[in-house]
This record gives sequence, C-alpha cells and structure tokens, in this order.
Amino acid sequence: MNGVRTFATAGRVLRQLSHDPRSIALMLIAPSLLVGLFAWLFSEQEGVFDQFGGAILGLFPFIVMFLITSITTLRERRSGTLERLMTTPIGKADFIVGYALAFGLMATLQAIITVTFAVGVCGLDVEGPVWQLGLVAVVDAILGTALGLLASAFARTEFQAVQFMPILVFPQIILGGLFMPRDQMPDVLYAISNWLPLSYAIDTINAVTAGDEGWDVFRPLLIVTAFALGSLILASLTLRRRTP
Amino acid sequence: MDAVHVRGLRVRRGTTEVFNGLDLDIPRGQITGLLGPSGCGKTTLMRSIVGVQKVDGGTVEVLGAPAGSRGLRHRVAYDTQAASVYADLTIRQNLRYFARLVDAPRTDVDRVIAQVGLADQRDQTIESLSGGQENRVSLAVAMLGAPELIVLDEPTVGLDPLLRSELWEVFRGLSDEGTTLVVSSHVMDEALRCDRLILLRAGRIIADTTPDNLLSETGTTDPDAAFLKLIERDAREEAESVAESVAEGEKGPEPAASTHPLTRREAREHAQHPHDEERS
Repeated sequence: MNGVRTFATAGRVLRQLSHDPRSIALMLIAPSLLVGLFAWLFSEQEGVFDQFGGAILGLFPFIVMFLITSITTLRERRSGTLERLMTTPIGKADFIVGYALAFGLMATLQAIITVTFAVGVCGLDVEGPVWQLGLVAVVDAILGTALGLLASAFARTEFQAVQFMPILVFPQIILGGLFMPRDQMPDVLYAISNWLPLSYAIDTINAVTAGDEGWDVFRPLLIVTAFALGSLILASLTLRRRTP
Repeated sequence: MDAVHVRGLRVRRGTTEVFNGLDLDIPRGQITGLLGPSGCGKTTLMRSIVGVQKVDGGTVEVLGAPAGSRGLRHRVAYDTQAASVYADLTIRQNLRYFARLVDAPRTDVDRVIAQVGLADQRDQTIESLSGGQENRVSLAVAMLGAPELIVLDEPTVGLDPLLRSELWEVFRGLSDEGTTLVVSSHVMDEALRCDRLILLRAGRIIADTTPDNLLSETGTTDPDAAFLKLIERDAREEAESVAESVAEGEKGPEPAASTHPLTRREAREHAQHPHDEERS
C-alpha cells in the first residue's frame, strides 16, 4: 500500500462525485426522507418508531452504499480504466481502500444528516448517546461499501450487480432481528443469522437505543467492523491484474 | 537488447485460441507498427506485453523483466483501444490523478495536454468532448512520466488526417528521445510512418519487415495493396500446404479454417464462398 496513491484514488472518486450533484443529494437526503416516511407511518402508534427507527437508521446507509459502490466499481471495470490502472504502480489495496475512504467519508456525512433528522425532527427516543448511533450508521455504510466492492468482483454487468442486492442484502434484513428478535427465530435461522454482519449491526443499534453501555455496544460493533475489513481484504484479493 | 521478447506465447480467449506459440522480438528505441485485420490478435498481443492478459503458456519479457512485473509498472505505459479515462472528470483532473499514480511531476500534466493539442479544453469534462478528443486524452495519459515503452492500441482511430499527422510527429519525437513505441493500427498509410512493421493475421505473424521492404517485396507503391497482397499470399500458402499434405496421402492437418480462429469477416466470407481460398 502507498498513501499517495490511496489518497489520490479517494480524491479522484470524490471529484467524480462532485461532478454529479444529483447523486450527492440523493445519497445525503434519501435516507432521511425514508426515515421520515417511516416515522410518519407510525405517528399514531406510540413507541413503534422508537422500537424500529434505530434499526432503520442502520439499514438505509448500508443498502445505499452497497448499491452505489457495486455499480461505480463495476463501471470502472467495464470502461477499461481498471485495466489501465492495473498497468500502473497502484496496488490493489490502494484501489480498494481508496474507494472505501471516499465512500466512507460520504457515509459519515450521510449518517450525521440522517441521525440528526431522526432524533431532531422525527423525535427518535435514544437512551444512549446519539453519537454512538451515528457511529453505527457509519460502520454500516462502510460495511455496505465493502460488500459492494466484493460483489462487483462477481458481477459482469450492471444488471447482475443490482441483482446481487436481493441475494446479499434482503436475507440479512429478514434475519437481522428487525422483524423478529433473533433469539425467537427457529434454531437453524438463528444459527444462520449469527453469521450475517447486519445482525450485529442491528444488535448494536438496539443496544444503543436501549441505553446499554460498554461491551454490549462495542462487541457487536467490532464484529461488524471485522466483517467490513474482511470483505475489503477479500475484495482486494479478488481483484486481478491479469484477466482472460 | 530487445524491448520485448516473446517466445512460444499461447493465449486463449473464451473458446478461441488467439496465439499458439507466437515468437516475436521488438527492438528498443523504434516505432513498431502492429498491423492486421480486426480480430487478428493485435490487442491480445498488446495486453500480453503490458501484463494484463492471462496467458496459457510461453514467456513474454519486457525491458529484461517478465511482463507485468512490479518494476515495469513505472517503465511501461499502455493506452487501451477504448479511451480509458474517467468520463465525469475534466481533462486536467484525469491527468493529475494518473500523474500521481505513476509519480510523474505535476508539470507533466500541462506538457502532455499541450502535446495532444487540448490545452484549450483542459477544464472540460471528458463527456463534453468529441470521440477523437477523448482518445487524445487517453493517449496523453500514456505519455505521463517518462516511460521507456509506450504501448498504444489504435491511438489515431477517428481522428482527421491533420491531427493524425500531428500525433505521429509526437510519436516520432518520443522515439527520438529513446522511447520505444508499439502502435497498432488498421489505417495502412500509418504503416509507412513506422520504423518496423509486424503484420498479424489470425494469430500468426505473416510479415516482420520495414515499410520500404514491404513495398519493394510486394512490388506496390501503396501500403493497402501491399497488405492485401501479403494476406492473399498467406492464405494461398496455407491452402497449398493443406493440399500438399493431403496429396502425400498422410492424415493432413485440420483444414486451415480450424487451425487458427477466423476473423468474423473471414468466417462470414468463408460461409458464403467456401471455395474462395482454393481458387485464389
């Protein structure tokens, strides 16, 4: 890895985004709109938004970042720029980490806006410190970026990349504990959910909103981080300099 | 020593065998033109030289090191056939990014933009440029830093004659400074601007010559005609060698059509007039 090339790549990705203000607006505002819709839906029912609102906060950045990353990197593969990059001194890790840094920064902005909106405007009740909720949202978004980078390695077309979302993302949402507490699930599904990173993201959020402290919050958060790092490493391993 | 040294290169792309034991040497400090009908293996050969092509066998040595090895990534530059630059960035933003990757000085950015004649458009995004301008930006990227070997895949496609001639002057300038260039093209009049010519057909080298020799050997004055003549001669020899081995009564090789991949056009013509090759 080389700092100059990693940061040059992150800067280049952000510069590309800066030419596309509509995408930036969608990325930063869309999750807030969805959270707002959700809050409005349950505005007549006491306590429902407080119960699910947190988990939703973690989900949207994850999904949005997964999609954005898998499509942008796929575009890079298909436009020939990746092939050209692979003939330059840039390391595979420089490329992957560059992307992760750029989208991680966008994810942080997104998390600040969404959490502020959820707590300030929609009145989400959080027992623990609000910054922890933001932290989980950022880590979730980075997890989405990492999985998106990994998924794009296995997709040959944009169409396939989008199809990866229902396969990789939906099962995690269904089994993550949003619809049913994980310990009430059938044994097999519970066992599967223990291997899915999003389960731990939702655990973390539930811990923060319930006001838990210390290890109850940071253990699941560390697991999510480990999954994200693992996917980034896998993604840079699946990047090939030589292609058929 | 040679800039590129290829021995026994075998490459398979999909189900077709592009090269089956290709040998080739490219000398340093010259402009070597790689010519041939589309589908003959020009791009695959260039990809093998810059080390992004998965090869099935043989060796490709570039500037004394195995193709694609780490040390070569500063010394070899490659411009792909389709402009490989970021469409949503400006010309300068593209070049600045690539300059940082190859550790080229910042002043290089403006130098190469001027060399490809795009100084006036340098703050325009690639999307807003014409196809020819886009190709020139992609070419400029390959000229960043001071690569010893520049591999250009059809760099002048879609450019008007004036611009083409200007770019060839740039190539000549780079070559005079000692840079080795490998340039593919299917515009035959460009062949005469090279120091050396390699003619590929269906994954084989059918001529390794100089522009003067190409014309004198074929007795033509026009590179298009010379090229056609060579291709016809090659097809005839191939047909004869098949006929001979059949005449000798031994189990001859497979018909020419299946020993090497046909180009799409060849395949189409073959399907329409299956006996043309024997007749010619």
